[in-house]
Amino acid sequence: MDTQAAQLRSSRAGASGLGATGGVLPFLALLAVGAALPLFVGGYWGLIATRACIYWVLVSGLNLVVGFAGQIAIGWVALLALGAYTASVLTAGTAVPELSPYLALVIAAAVGAVFGLIVGLPALRLRTFYFAITTLGFATIVNQVALAWQSVTGGGVGVAGPIFPDPFSSKWGFYYFCFGLAAICTWMTANIAASRFGRALTAIRDAEVAAEACGIAKPALLTAVFLFSGAVAGIAGALFASLQSYITPDAFPLDLSILFFIAVLIGGRGSILGPLLGTILLTALPEFAAPLVAWSTFLYAVLLLVIVLAIPGGIAEILDFKNRRPLESHRAIVPQPDLLPGLIGTPTDGGALTLEQVALSFGGVQAIDGLDLEIRPGQVHGLIGPNGSGKTTTLNVISGYYLQQRGAVRLNGTVLRALARNRRAHMRIARTFQTPRIVGSASVLQNVMIGGTIDGKGTFVESLLSLPRHHRDEVMLHDTATLALAAVGLERLGGVRADRLQHSELRFIEIARALMLRPAYLLLDEPAAGLSAEEIKRLGALLVAIAQAGTGVLVVEHHPDLIFDICHHVTVLNLGKKLAAGTPTEIRSHPEVVNAYLGG
Amino acid sequence: MIQSIVLSGVAIGSIYALIGITYNVMFSASRVFSFTAGTLGMIGGVLGSLFIARMGMPVAAGLLLALVGGAVLGIVTEIVAVRPVLRSLDQHLYVLSTLALALMVQQFVAIEWGTDARPFPRLLPTARTDFDQQFWLPMLACIVVIVGLELLYRYTLVGRAFLAIAEDNFAARALGLPERGLRIASFALAGAIGTLAGFAGGELLLAFFGNAPMLTFYGFIPVALGGMGNNRGAVVAGLLLGLFQQTANFLIGGIFASVAVFTVFILVLLMRPEGLAGVTAQRRV
Repeated sequence: MDTQAAQLRSSRAGASGLGATGGVLPFLALLAVGAALPLFVGGYWGLIATRACIYWVLVSGLNLVVGFAGQIAIGWVALLALGAYTASVLTAGTAVPELSPYLALVIAAAVGAVFGLIVGLPALRLRTFYFAITTLGFATIVNQVALAWQSVTGGGVGVAGPIFPDPFSSKWGFYYFCFGLAAICTWMTANIAASRFGRALTAIRDAEVAAEACGIAKPALLTAVFLFSGAVAGIAGALFASLQSYITPDAFPLDLSILFFIAVLIGGRGSILGPLLGTILLTALPEFAAPLVAWSTFLYAVLLLVIVLAIPGGIAEILDFKNRRPLESHRAIVPQPDLLPGLIGTPTDGGALTLEQVALSFGGVQAIDGLDLEIRPGQVHGLIGPNGSGKTTTLNVISGYYLQQRGAVRLNGTVLRALARNRRAHMRIARTFQTPRIVGSASVLQNVMIGGTIDGKGTFVESLLSLPRHHRDEVMLHDTATLALAAVGLERLGGVRADRLQHSELRFIEIARALMLRPAYLLLDEPAAGLSAEEIKRLGALLVAIAQAGTGVLVVEHHPDLIFDICHHVTVLNLGKKLAAGTPTEIRSHPEVVNAYLGG
Repeated sequence: MIQSIVLSGVAIGSIYALIGITYNVMFSASRVFSFTAGTLGMIGGVLGSLFIARMGMPVAAGLLLALVGGAVLGIVTEIVAVRPVLRSLDQHLYVLSTLALALMVQQFVAIEWGTDARPFPRLLPTARTDFDQQFWLPMLACIVVIVGLELLYRYTLVGRAFLAIAEDNFAARALGLPERGLRIASFALAGAIGTLAGFAGGELLLAFFGNAPMLTFYGFIPVALGGMGNNRGAVVAGLLLGLFQQTANFLIGGIFASVAVFTVFILVLLMRPEGLAGVTAQRRV
């Protein structure tokens, strides 16, 4: 076993953050072109390039919010304005003693971070349209305050922007300053994109329920992202004010916000290169034809509509050549159960996961009515019954999605806190879903790595700066995920986009993801649904092996053959009540079960 | 003083309530919130000013044409920005597609009509009084729409079909209701209501392209606080919002009044995301 495992721990793919998002080459090319720009073009294009760099500093952070976390933040120009006014007012010396522009830049970043958090935090409670509207409202209000607070902002007359001293005072000097910051932002966000935090963000975006089941704490993660995104927006604001040399509230129209937002979407969600190209494209576009300037926002809107309706993947999808290669058409899933002990580790001793007199009703429907259940480590427990008998509801009570009205769920005697979904993962309770919940645009391996998010040791900042602990986490998650994929028999598909796989393969991805938790208990919701007879057999063997490695397995299923084949203990539900419980042999001949469910 | 606060508060509140109803009528038919709600209000003001002040049409003809224009915009919204993304409602692409359409209309108006606020004609040839037409016209429009919708929903077959679609789309389709036709009709109706809001409130808000995002935001507050799809809630919350805003305007000044409105809105929403009158639904897993 160990040799096999060692073989699988092959060299790591995509060692750098940039590499993981579509190859490092395009970034190096952009870096070279950007660095050599003064050799090719004149001062006017230098100005446009400076503006593109500044916009990208902001968009790089917004990309994490919109492209990765999937939060529809359309009012980000407000943070640009806040950063710009902070830096300008601090260096103008009118309202407060004059500060150095560099110090003002840092303070603008801090102000941006604080307000990024304030604008962003409603996202924890409000969804989609609601959140979009609150950011829109915030943008409107910042502009109005800038106009009205004349003693500080100069009102409609405005205030002079900061001037950075030599060597950054010349046009090209300032360009290199902005270019350098833009490059750093690219590097940092690419590091996040390739870290467990980036994967967790996409999980929140595409499969929030699964993210919770993997133990991902949305509040902490989004807080970090909003702080970062706000800080770079504040920096962008300070640079913008310096570039404009004089700012009024008119310098921050909502159109600009739309440009930032659309740059991310045109680029493609979950990509770094795409939004970077999108930002350059949108900044340069109106320059190619003078009549376009007035119509630029109109054209952005048209572009947005076209992108949403025709190419939701954006530029990144167009550039994703790797995933156009056809997949092998006859693929067999061949699990390797002998890898499991190395993955799951030492069996837990004693204890059990128990339900005591649990009852839950939805309106007038009694979904579960006084259910007792005991799941023991090392055993497979089957939960069967007709549709609507309360099987999935039971699973949802255990994993904290539903709150039971009576009774308790205990782990080794301790009552599990109700509705604390992401705490279940820390107690090593893993689960799969009736409809597989995966991140379609991420690779299979990345999807499995999401399952191990809580085992990372490094912080968000360490990943941002690509420090050693971040690398150790990534190596560990990559190796464990490779092993888990091999254990369920999908190791050859690790690099493929998950949404290109067949339904049955998605089920095994979910199991691999759950195994990343080294689960003490594994709850499976109809894992055999949609599988072929051969695949069901292999699934059965895999589940038995998982139990042998020490995990307590609970299977909700409709395939009696599978249940009777692999279970140590079977509970039959009917209308929320326990109809029968016992060994498969007892259940198979239980008259009431045969009557109600199996058929005679 | 109190009299003028109440008058302008109720008048502005009526406009917000009408935009809220516009959101609701579209939402009931499609489960989609559309960014075009405020745009419709803006269009009402602009079309009214265009037809009556610039082209010299009679008021009745101007109103009729403006309403038709709004209904057409509603239908365009349904065809361009809503229907294509209905299949994947869970991806919330409608937020982006309706935003794109709203921006297109807004920018078009900004370029063709201009970015300055232009005056809206006085609709009735009466002298200015304390209880002026600029205040009571929005209130009247609000009452007409509420009563009209109530009659429609209660006493007509089409109205009941609207309710059926709003209650359970799948069941309504299974019963053989022409879901697509009803959806288009709802969007046309919403378009007319939104335009009427901007038209009746034209003297207060003027014919200004910037009203679109403003109404989109303030018109959504009644929906969020009154509960999605709940027209009565929208009217109550809209009037309260108008009164609160005008009081804050008077007490602490215009700009900081909008900060106050925004803060209160966010706080209330954070405490009760389902609205003041709503109930929480457990998520399906």
